[in-house]
Amino acid sequence: MGVGSFFTSKLDEAIGWARKYSIFQYPFVTACCGMEYMATACSHYDVDRFGAGLPRFSPRQADVLFVVGTISHKMAPVLKRIYDQMTEPKWVVAFGVCTCTGGFYDNYATVQGIDTIIPVDVYIPGCPPRPESVLDGLMKLQDKIAAGAQRY
Amino acid sequence: MEGAAILDRLRARFGAAVVETHAHRGDHTAVVERAAIVEIMTFCRDETDLGFDMLSDLTAVDFLKFPGREDGPRFEVVYHLYSLAHNHRVRLKIRVDEDQAVVPTAVSVWPIANWLEREVWDMFGIRFQGHPDPRRLLMYEEFVGHPLRKDYPINRRQPLIGPKI
Repeated sequence: MGVGSFFTSKLDEAIGWARKYSIFQYPFVTACCGMEYMATACSHYDVDRFGAGLPRFSPRQADVLFVVGTISHKMAPVLKRIYDQMTEPKWVVAFGVCTCTGGFYDNYATVQGIDTIIPVDVYIPGCPPRPESVLDGLMKLQDKIAAGAQRY
Repeated sequence: MEGAAILDRLRARFGAAVVETHAHRGDHTAVVERAAIVEIMTFCRDETDLGFDMLSDLTAVDFLKFPGREDGPRFEVVYHLYSLAHNHRVRLKIRVDEDQAVVPTAVSVWPIANWLEREVWDMFGIRFQGHPDPRRLLMYEEFVGHPLRKDYPINRRQPLIGPKI
């Protein structure tokens, strides 16, 4: 193993460490899960402890797309467009069972899981998920980011 | 005003245009002729003692294969009227057949009927004659059919993007 490869691997780790504590998220909030998202973001659970406290309301400035709530077929092209507008590297969190699988909305209106439209990194099930689940999902995402798992 | 008295008022004024009335646990309903609906609603709104100044809901029911109603008209369009001044309610219904699913619009009486009628068109495929903006309200333009009809296949999906299922 040469000197160069040793240096590169350490640089990746440093970048991963920096990225996982500076998550700029884009909250795509469409339904009731939004209340739980707010509870997680506020001071009691305080998502800022994990460096994810500053939501960006432009997808161009965001690293992580939080899809929070039911996605209807009418909304699906909008979600896809938002995802396409995000710059690399980017990650996606499916927040709540509706985004994971469609939940109990097995009907004409609802997308049966957002992974049919865009790639998803972390699934947080629950209807809605408790803030502890969300933080658990966030930490799993941090592990993924630190490991350099990205999609190009 | 008591519900029974409201129904009496309607029967006295419109006679045969009121097809049928009934009451169930304090809810009073008049089934009326389709042609007279706008006139009846205007009467309900403008008479001082009735004073129905609010259309609190406008919806429809599909009775396809409903036990005991297989032969009757397929749809009912339902109007829920409320009076803020008198705190009383009444429900008006029209029965429409599938092949003549057209109803006069109520937009001229209550502007809120605009979106409610668009929703009924979207979900049940009942058209409203004279509606100023007869587009779908909830579903997208590419959607085919009317999902709350009882014969809409329960597994039929029409995604705009993603896998066709």
